[in-house]
Amino acid sequence: MIKVQSLTKRYARNVAVDNISFEVEKGQIVGFLGPNGAGKTTTMRVLTCFLPPTAGTATVAGFDVLENPHEVKKHIGYLPETPPLYPEMEVTEYLTFVGRLKGISSADIDRRVGEVTERCAVGDVRTKLIGKLSKGYRQRVGLAQAIIHNPDVLVLDEPTAGLDPKQIIETRELIKHLAGDHTIILSTHILSEVEHSCQRVVIINKGKLVATDSVENLTNRLRGAEAVALEVASSNGPLDPAMVQQRLEQVAGVSRVLPREAKEGRLAFEVESLQGRHVRADLARAVVNAGWNLNELRAVGLSLEDIFLQLTGAEKTTAPKEG
Amino acid sequence: MKNVWIICRKELKSYFASPIAYLLMAFFALIFGFGFFTATRDFVRFGFMAQMQGRNMPMNVNEQVIRPLLGFASTVALFLIPMITMRLFAEEKKTGTIELLMTSPVWDWEIILGKWLGALLLYLCVLAMSGINIALLFAFGKPDWKPILIGYLGLILQGGTLLAIGAFISTTTKNQIIAGGVTFFVCLLLWLLSWFTAFDSTGYGSVVNYLSIVTHFEGFAKGLLDSKDVIFYLSMIFFSLFITSRSMESLRWRA
Repeated sequence: MIKVQSLTKRYARNVAVDNISFEVEKGQIVGFLGPNGAGKTTTMRVLTCFLPPTAGTATVAGFDVLENPHEVKKHIGYLPETPPLYPEMEVTEYLTFVGRLKGISSADIDRRVGEVTERCAVGDVRTKLIGKLSKGYRQRVGLAQAIIHNPDVLVLDEPTAGLDPKQIIETRELIKHLAGDHTIILSTHILSEVEHSCQRVVIINKGKLVATDSVENLTNRLRGAEAVALEVASSNGPLDPAMVQQRLEQVAGVSRVLPREAKEGRLAFEVESLQGRHVRADLARAVVNAGWNLNELRAVGLSLEDIFLQLTGAEKTTAPKEG
Repeated sequence: MKNVWIICRKELKSYFASPIAYLLMAFFALIFGFGFFTATRDFVRFGFMAQMQGRNMPMNVNEQVIRPLLGFASTVALFLIPMITMRLFAEEKKTGTIELLMTSPVWDWEIILGKWLGALLLYLCVLAMSGINIALLFAFGKPDWKPILIGYLGLILQGGTLLAIGAFISTTTKNQIIAGGVTFFVCLLLWLLSWFTAFDSTGYGSVVNYLSIVTHFEGFAKGLLDSKDVIFYLSMIFFSLFITSRSMESLRWRA
């Protein structure tokens, strides 16, 4: 459905997207994952024909974005990072305007507007001014706007950014419901977002493609190694941090132990395991056997940064650069 | 063409959803009414004086009331037009809705033409306020209607030109105040051009004079329909809308 081949987008001085290629099949939800400034929005803007590529090609539904932008635009629904809303319009009025602009005939428009208001659950604010709506409603009106002409492809730029947790869950559900009929690309910088909604993931960083894989494969690859947050306190007298650290390092399967901030007699560490080893049980045993109190023991999710480091195989000490 | 109309209607609705349309109409009605009052008062006074002195002066409503009034209206329009055009593109660029328009299956020229037409229709609504006063002249006198029609045609053409220039300026910035300010400055400059060259008949002088928006309106105010002036305005409109489309295209490359 979407085919991107060695796509490059250069602005005056910097390269925003550097030689990216990937494909999306019909009906899939693909997560576009990367930190801020990775080039997610730029790639989406190229796909939606807002920006022309500097080099390379992109086709959507069989149409090239440079040669046939008009056809591409007909087949694509786009929700930019800030929903493109006119605050002085009422919701129905706005959706009617967008629908007509996207080529829906005046005979069908009322029916379509009714359908998308219901689908995106904005029926109860139908006659309200958009400027008076809460952020969650605005986002849903933005989604309704994107699907009004029933496009084959939906491009959603950070659809859950800035929403409260309840709204995030609602939006995710909505996106999942849309998946059957549309091919969806959504961008995010939150890992769990991808796990929740997507089947495939495309990871980019600093304009370069880092990985493209199914979400299952990726999480398995990443789950191989464990990171554990650990808090230890003594039952009698102060503890020697160096001693505790040494004891933890001796546990089988531990790759390294990083001391964290200590507070009033308690010591905190972050322990990383070797690939494919589960060390939580052994860690607990080691602490208890040594006669200390185990205050806390929990698995820590890998941050996006860790993932990039793992995927690119870079060392933590050398990798971080200004991005 | 359908898309042009869709965008034009949306623009008009936006104008009338905010106070700007009503403000402009009220402002123009007030200023034009004031001009109308002074023009008719002077005309009536002139008539009394002619009678008292027993001299038979030629009196003509078209020449002595309507012509200066139309000239006055064209000057007032210079001040109103930046307020109409400043939001056209600058606002959409600021709020990001330009992304919606530019990723919809419509051509750039349809967007531009739709917006320009919307602005022109609002300008017509504003001009229509002066109709009240002109109607009074018809109620109490017998002015010739043909020169009036031509005068209004001139106002519309001049307005259309300045609106097109304002639309172009609005595409170059995200800031409405800057768009409005620069448009006002450019309108003023195009108006002033005729002053600089009033006594200059050299080659440059005639070129600069030709570019002045106001010199081309003088004919219309007199009730003269000169194809030279019509072509000037139409080509200015076309040129301005053309560079607007270039400017919009460049948004895609720079954005």
